[in-house]
Amino acid sequence: MINGWELVIGIEIHAQVKSKSKLFSSSSTEFGSGPNSQVSLVDAAMPGMLPVINKFCVEQAVRSGIGLNAKINNKSIFDRKNYFYQDLPQGYQISQFKDPIVGNGFVEIKSDGQLKKIGIERLHLEQDAGKSLHDQDPNLTYVDLNRSGIALMEIVSMPDMKSPEEAVEYVKKVRSILRYLDTCDGNMEQGSLRADVNVSVNKPGNDLGTRCEIKNLNSFKYIHSAIIYEAKRQIKLIESGENIIQETRLYNIESGETRSMRSKEDAHDYRYFPDPDLLPLVLEEDWIENIKGSIPELPDSKKERFIREYGLSEYDSSVIVSDKSTSDYYEKVVQDRNPKLVTTWVTSELFSVLNKKNLSIDESPVPPKHLGELIDNIDSGKISSRQAKDIFEEMCKTGETAYNIINQRGLSQISDESELKKLVETVLSSNPENVKKYKNGKEKLFGFFVGEAMKLSKGKANPKILNELLKSKLNT
Amino acid sequence: MKRNLNFIEAGSLLEAKETTSVDLTKIYLENIKEAEELNCFNTITAEQALNDAEKSDLRRQQGKLKSRFDGIPIGVKDLFCTKNIKTTASSKILSNFIPSYESAVTQNCIDAGLISLGKLNCDEFAMGSTNKTSYYGPVTNPWKSNKSDAKLVPGGSSGGSAAAVAADLCVASLGTDTGGSIRQPASFTGTVGLKPTYGRVSRWGIIAFASSLDQAGPITKTVEDAAALFEIIAGHDSKDSTSSIKEKERFYDNLNNSVKGMKIGIPREFKSNDLPLSTQKAWDDCKKLLQTNGAELIDLSLPHTMDALPTYYIIAPAEASSNLARYDGVKYGIREEGKDLIDMYEKTRSVGFGDEVKRRILIGTYVLSSGYYDAYYIKAQKIRSLIKNDFNKAFKKVDAILTPSTPSTAFEIENEPNDPVQTYLNDIFTVPINLAGIPAISIPFANDENNLPIGLQLITNSFEEQKLLNIAKNVQDTVNYESVPKNWWQT
Repeated sequence: MINGWELVIGIEIHAQVKSKSKLFSSSSTEFGSGPNSQVSLVDAAMPGMLPVINKFCVEQAVRSGIGLNAKINNKSIFDRKNYFYQDLPQGYQISQFKDPIVGNGFVEIKSDGQLKKIGIERLHLEQDAGKSLHDQDPNLTYVDLNRSGIALMEIVSMPDMKSPEEAVEYVKKVRSILRYLDTCDGNMEQGSLRADVNVSVNKPGNDLGTRCEIKNLNSFKYIHSAIIYEAKRQIKLIESGENIIQETRLYNIESGETRSMRSKEDAHDYRYFPDPDLLPLVLEEDWIENIKGSIPELPDSKKERFIREYGLSEYDSSVIVSDKSTSDYYEKVVQDRNPKLVTTWVTSELFSVLNKKNLSIDESPVPPKHLGELIDNIDSGKISSRQAKDIFEEMCKTGETAYNIINQRGLSQISDESELKKLVETVLSSNPENVKKYKNGKEKLFGFFVGEAMKLSKGKANPKILNELLKSKLNT
Repeated sequence: MKRNLNFIEAGSLLEAKETTSVDLTKIYLENIKEAEELNCFNTITAEQALNDAEKSDLRRQQGKLKSRFDGIPIGVKDLFCTKNIKTTASSKILSNFIPSYESAVTQNCIDAGLISLGKLNCDEFAMGSTNKTSYYGPVTNPWKSNKSDAKLVPGGSSGGSAAAVAADLCVASLGTDTGGSIRQPASFTGTVGLKPTYGRVSRWGIIAFASSLDQAGPITKTVEDAAALFEIIAGHDSKDSTSSIKEKERFYDNLNNSVKGMKIGIPREFKSNDLPLSTQKAWDDCKKLLQTNGAELIDLSLPHTMDALPTYYIIAPAEASSNLARYDGVKYGIREEGKDLIDMYEKTRSVGFGDEVKRRILIGTYVLSSGYYDAYYIKAQKIRSLIKNDFNKAFKKVDAILTPSTPSTAFEIENEPNDPVQTYLNDIFTVPINLAGIPAISIPFANDENNLPIGLQLITNSFEEQKLLNIAKNVQDTVNYESVPKNWWQT
C-alpha cells in the first residue's frame, strides 16, 4: 500500500537456458566471445535454413517447470512472432504462444513473515534476438548475432504480488530455483535473467487499474525502485484526475525514473502462427517422469532439512539455502562439525569478507575444507575465537590453511595445566596487593588477573582453563 | 547419338562406354547454347560441369562410381541453394546471392555423381504458374501450337526445369512443387513430373515459399527416369524437422507396370463443363486404358475439392509472408540505402520483389493479422484437415486417383489473363494434393487439337510412391504416345 493505494504486480522473467548450444542450432552459447563468432547458417537466417529443436533445452524447460510446481504439457507448439528488426535475422522470433511447454504452477515466498503462494501462469521456450550496437559508428548500427537463437524461458507470473518487496522476493525465489536446477545461471548482470514488471494501482475494493509494463530490469534493486517510482507516478496521475495509458515503459537506472517506450496502440501486430518448419513438440510421459526423478533437492525442502538436521534457526536456514552454492558450501563445512559454530562463521565472518570483496561464494578465497579446519581448531580449544578471527583474515589474504598459519605464528593456545599453573602463580605472586584486595571482597579484580596472565602468555593461554585455575587459586 | 536421351538410357550408354560424361555434358551445353531463346537457364555452370564430368569419367575408369547414374548431366531449379553458385530464386532481391552451402537434395545428386549444368529459371520465389514472374524474364515453352507461331508459357513455377527437359537441354531436372509447380509445367511441356509425399525429400537448403507445402521432385522424360531420380534425392534428413524417418525405397528397381486388380478412383468433383474436350477425352481414354489393363474404376467423391484453391491461397501466402521476411537488405542480397532502417527495408523490398511476390506477401500479412487470423488462417487450416480427410476416406476404397493435371494446355505468354485469380485457377487440380501432403505424378498422355501435350495426374496415399510410379508406368507403356516438341529454336 502506498498512501492508501494497493499495488498489483505481475512479472515476466526471461531466463536464459543453461545449455552449451542454441535452441535451434548447434552454435555455442558462451558469453563474451568475439562478435558474430558463434553464428550458424540457421542463426543468420540464410535462405533455405531450417530449425531443429535442441532436445537438451526442452529438458531444461521441463526441469524448470517441475521446479516451479507446474503442469508439463505433453504437447506444445512453436509459433512465429513476426516483426522486422535488424538484429532479428529471420524476420520472426520462434516462440510459443497458444500452447506453451509448461502450464500453471506456483512458488512460495515469505511476505511479512507469512508464507505466500505466487501463481505461475506459464513457462515457454523462445529464441533470443541478436544485439544491436549503436555506439560503434556515428551513422551505422552494427549487429552481433552471437545471442541470436539462444534459448530463453519466459516465465509469466499471475498478478499476485502486492509490494515491491514481494516482487523482489518472487524473482529471487524463481532465480534460486532455476539455479538449484542448473537450468539458468541466473547471472543478472550478464543478462541471463531479466524481468519485465507489470504494475497497476487501485483503491482497496475497487477494480484493478490500468497496468504499465516496465521492460528489462536486471537487478533486484532496479526491480524494487522501478516499481516504487512507477506506482507513485500512477498514483499522482490518477489523483490529479488523469488516466493511466496502457504502455510499455523503460527504467532509467541513472535517474531512477521510468519513461514511455511505446503505447498499446503502437504495439506490434506480431501475426503469430504455428511455425511450419517445426512439428508440435510431443513429450512422452515416461520421459517427463525420468526428469522428475532427477530433480535435485530444492530450496524449500532443503531449508526444512537444515532446520531439522542441523538445528538451524528458520532465519539462518533461509539465508543459507537461498543460494545453492552457499548451501553446498555450508554442507561441505558442517559435516561432523558443530552446526552452530559453522553457521556463525559462514553467515557472519565469511559473508562479510565476500561482501567486502564483492565476491560470490564460488569465488571465496577460503575453500570449505580450510574453513572446516579453522573451526576444528576453535572447537578443540586449540585457538581462541579472537585468534581465529585473525587467522581467518590471514587465510583470506594469503589462501593459506589455518593449520599452516597457526604453526607459523606459534599461535597454538596453551592448554597445558602445569604450564598455566606456573603462569597463575607468577601473576599472583607479583601482585600481592591486589590478591589481598580481591580476597577482601573486591571480586571485580578477577578480570585484572586474567588480563595479566594473558599478557604474560602473549594471548595464548586457554581462557577457559586459565579462568578455572585462577578461581581455584584465589578462592583457597 | 540419339536425340532426347533419357536418364536410364544415358546411364546405360555410359555404362557400355558408348559415351562419356564429358561428351554428354558437351552435347547438352551445346543444346543449351542453341536454345538461349527459350530462356531456361538463369546460370549456366559450363566450366564446373565439364570439370565434374571429367572427374566422373575418371571414376568410371577406376571403377569407383558413385552410383550407376554417375556422370549424367541434369539441371537444377534456381531455388536450390548450391555452394559457390549463384542462387537467386529468380528474384532481384537475391540476384547477387552466392550460398556457402549445398542443399540436401543437390548434395544427394552430387553424391550420386550427377553433373549440374546450371540453375534453371522459375517463377520468382516459386510463386506463379506461367514462369512470367521471374526477374530474369519468362521461359518459353518448347512446344508450339500447330495453329499459331505465338510463344507459349511452359507453366510454373518450375517452368525452366520442365522446358529444359522437354527441349532436351538436360537429361532430367529438379523442381519444387508447392501447389502444382512440378506437375503443371510437366503437363504443359509433355514431361513427367513427380511431387513426392511431404517429408520424403529434405527441404534443407531449398529457398522456402510455403514450408508446410513445399516439396522437391524430379521432372523427367519417362516414369522410369522419375523413379531413378526420385530414389537419388529422397531420404531422411535430420536437418529438416519435417523430414520423414521412412526408409528410402528402391523405387527404380522395384518398378513394375501391372495394374491388375487395382482400384482407380475417378473423383466427381474434378469433372467440369469448362474442361476442354480434348482434355476430357484424354481423361476418358486413360480410364478405358487402365480398365483394359485390368484395373477397376471407382466413382468417387472428394467433397472439399472446390475449397482447396481458396484454402491454398490463404495458407501459402501466410507462410510466404513470414518466410520472405528475411530478405530485408540487412544480411545478404541487394540493399537499397534509405534514410533509416525502416526506409531501407521499404526501398529494398519495393525494388527487390516483383508484383506477384508482393501481392502474396500482402495477402499473407493480411490473413495473419489480428482480427482476421481466425476468419482466414484458422478456417483455412480446418478446411485443410477436411481435404486431407477426403483423401484418407478415398484411399480406403481405392489404390489411386486419376484426374487431369491442369484445366487447360499451355497458353500464350502474351495472353495471360489480367486477373491473377484466373491464373491461380491453373492450379485447381494440383493444389489439393499439396494440402493433403500426398504424392502425385503428372504424365503426358496425348496431344490436344493444337498439337499441345495434355498431362494426366495420378494420386496415391502418403508414401505410396512405388504404387504411383507403377501405375504411371503402366499408362506410359500402353498409351503409345511420344511427346517430343519440334526443335524450332535450333537454327
